[in-house]
Amino acid sequence: MSRCVLVREPIQTQAVVETLTQPEDGATITFEGIVRNNSRGRQTQFLDYEAYEEMALKQMEDLAAAAIAQFKVRDVRMVHRLGRLQIGETSVLIVVASAHRAPAYEASRWLIDTLKRKVPIWKKEYFVDGAVWADGEPFPDDIARVQGSPSQQVASK
Amino acid sequence: MRVQILFFGVLKDLVGRASESLELDEGATVADVLEHYELRVPKLRGFMPSLAFSVNQHYTGPGAVLGDGDEVALLPPVSGGTSR
Repeated sequence: MSRCVLVREPIQTQAVVETLTQPEDGATITFEGIVRNNSRGRQTQFLDYEAYEEMALKQMEDLAAAAIAQFKVRDVRMVHRLGRLQIGETSVLIVVASAHRAPAYEASRWLIDTLKRKVPIWKKEYFVDGAVWADGEPFPDDIARVQGSPSQQVASK
Repeated sequence: MRVQILFFGVLKDLVGRASESLELDEGATVADVLEHYELRVPKLRGFMPSLAFSVNQHYTGPGAVLGDGDEVALLPPVSGGTSR
């Protein structure tokens, strides 16, 4: 089942919410990530988002399924935009539908926090005087690195 | 055997391309791929501790053994979603 999508046009938040909502839902929580006009004290002009698209979609679908199982919400939609985004535009949309609001809030927060650490999407920030790839958040411990936790370390040569 | 290597974000800029095909010995691991690029692109060295890796679109560790035709990606810390 497809709950997640990557798009290159503006995200249609209201349409996603209306399509998801069912009569048994008592709450929908909508989270939108917005492109801000500054980053670490510098004025941002615009952002470029790129993704490892096949893997990002798989990861997003896994997160959506995990959130439904873990928080017992009815359903989830996640939309991430790629390409060039201007200040004020929506980069990511997460909608959670649930009978009750408490699990919907929790699932929404968990989904954006986890997406930001695990889903392979990157942004380049453009300033008046240059462009940089944004420092990402460190990968969580369950993703192995060269210098990960001891159990995940590559065998020494 | 040949594997396809993908570079994303800052790595794509450092290596100068988004992907390439790499010839490896049988039994080679992700760590062998890293060693190859550390030698070829010394600027990558500083990034290595922060990177994650995937084989065929699943996160994996440096010890993963590769097979012919595998798609290996070097992934810098991700920055999707929204501003901090």
